[in-house]
Amino acid sequence: MSVELPARVNPLSRALSDAGILAWRSLKRIPRTPDMLIYATIQPIMFVLLFAYVFGNAIPIPGFPGPRAYREFLMSGIFAQTMAFAVASASVGLADDMSKGLIDRFRSLPMARSGVIAGRVVGDLVFNAFVMLIMVICGFIVGWRWHNGFGQALAAFAILLLFAFAMLWVGALIGLSVGGPEVASSAGLIWLFPLTFLSNAFVPTPQLPKALQPIAEWNPISSIVAACRHLFGNPSPFASPDGFPAQHPVWLSLMWCTAIIVVFAPLAVRKYRSATGH
Amino acid sequence: MAAIEATGLVKTFKGRKATVKALDGIDLDVPEGTVLGLLGPNGAGKTTAVRVLTTLLKPDAGTARVLGYDVVKDADTVRGLVGLSGQYAAVDELLTGRENLWMFGRLYRLPSQQAKQRAEELLATFDLTEAADRILKTYSGGMRRRLDLAGSLIAHPKVLFLDEPTTGLDPRSRLDLWQIIRDRVREGVTILLTTQYLEEADELADSIAVVDHGSVIARGTADELKAKVGGERIEVVVHDPADLTRALELLTGALGIADPESTSLEEHNRRLTVPAPGGSSTLVEVIRTLDAAQIRIADIGLRRPTLDDVFLTLTGHEAEQKESL
Repeated sequence: MSVELPARVNPLSRALSDAGILAWRSLKRIPRTPDMLIYATIQPIMFVLLFAYVFGNAIPIPGFPGPRAYREFLMSGIFAQTMAFAVASASVGLADDMSKGLIDRFRSLPMARSGVIAGRVVGDLVFNAFVMLIMVICGFIVGWRWHNGFGQALAAFAILLLFAFAMLWVGALIGLSVGGPEVASSAGLIWLFPLTFLSNAFVPTPQLPKALQPIAEWNPISSIVAACRHLFGNPSPFASPDGFPAQHPVWLSLMWCTAIIVVFAPLAVRKYRSATGH
Repeated sequence: MAAIEATGLVKTFKGRKATVKALDGIDLDVPEGTVLGLLGPNGAGKTTAVRVLTTLLKPDAGTARVLGYDVVKDADTVRGLVGLSGQYAAVDELLTGRENLWMFGRLYRLPSQQAKQRAEELLATFDLTEAADRILKTYSGGMRRRLDLAGSLIAHPKVLFLDEPTTGLDPRSRLDLWQIIRDRVREGVTILLTTQYLEEADELADSIAVVDHGSVIARGTADELKAKVGGERIEVVVHDPADLTRALELLTGALGIADPESTSLEEHNRRLTVPAPGGSSTLVEVIRTLDAAQIRIADIGLRRPTLDDVFLTLTGHEAEQKESL
């Protein structure tokens, strides 16, 4: 029997094209769920206001006197936290697709195995870039500025987006591993709270208990925050100013992002191969 | 040549509490251009079989080929040749009908323009053109199912898998969907369809495989299966329990029933059952006979065999409803 086979295509161009189509799908969905966009921006705005005006005066920044120092210090922490929370959008999105049977449909199509997750990741990245833009405006309003020129600020934003990109793969793995979107939402976020609070994001590490200082300084979130503070020219105190995290914040942040992607992207794609909704 | 052939498929799911053998050595053989109905209750293994045949699950043992391609080794090729439409309408709720079909077309690797054109064709065929620019959330259950089916037809598949295509639909939508499926059969598409309804298998399938506990317990056409159950039957409830035995004797004589095993008598609810080879004409005969003997009838009816009857006869147990795996 003769069967017409679809034309063979280069696997890489197929993977890119499939990711592009799925990213188009994610982007189409964003304006149709405006509540998601609202909640995704309200939470970080709330954090900026709470930390800047409630805790701000109670947390001195070592070596940087003055009332505006904490707000300058704070914003990189808020940016990194917002990007880390990208985990939730990927995990909830994929868990939702799975429970609705869409993952099964996609898996029954002659698609690249990476297509669905990559499309989700790219779509969510655009979404998070938009959320970050709102955060930047919010930061300007509370008095945060960058001091090393636009080029370095741009490099900091690039690192933040790279971090979001890495975290989205973690979210993808979680979303494909848990039972449903409700579980995915808490499973995606619960471990992020200790991770962000045990970092330099909101409290300068010299003020932390001695035992926690090395953990907080090597924490991947701290490395992103420190890299941003360095590039923005914002206050960036360290408990051990001679350590690697203090000396090479940008390198450490890039290493962390690479490590997360290298570990979690293949795990997520492997999980997708066997993921099934029912 | 067989469009779908499966030999000894086994699939076991290990859960936290129990291990379930969803497929326990299923063999299937669907000749090209025919419709096989996989009939069985929830949890019988129908959906698992479809998942294996459409490459979504790897079997633990056994082999399956679709159009000659192995579903494990040539999975990618198989995916390009088959269409799958499930009971859980797998469409994106936030995209419009047109956007959904365009997306699926692109994922089947049609160029954008061709995907657009194919989407228009399918929207027209499935009577969805008017709703094409509405997001799926606003669609009715029947419309969603039609769009889901349309999505599986984009690449003109030669083999179509339909997993309980009409479960949960209202009668009108069910009839619409049956017509759509018949049209595909006329185009020469080979179809494997799972269903819980004998009636549906009866309407659509050339042959039926009855599945229970992961294996095929009977095969044949709808008529052959019904014959196994004994065809249509008439149930009579008499008014006076004292008449029951006399009524059965009279009917055995009047209808010329040779095999007393084919009748039944339940004294506690004054009910007797006799086979009805002539359908409604036998019913008239029964009423006439009992009326002439002045036996008062409390209730009488012609009953077609149901899936439950088929199950009861084939397995000795009723079709139990289990959670689908």
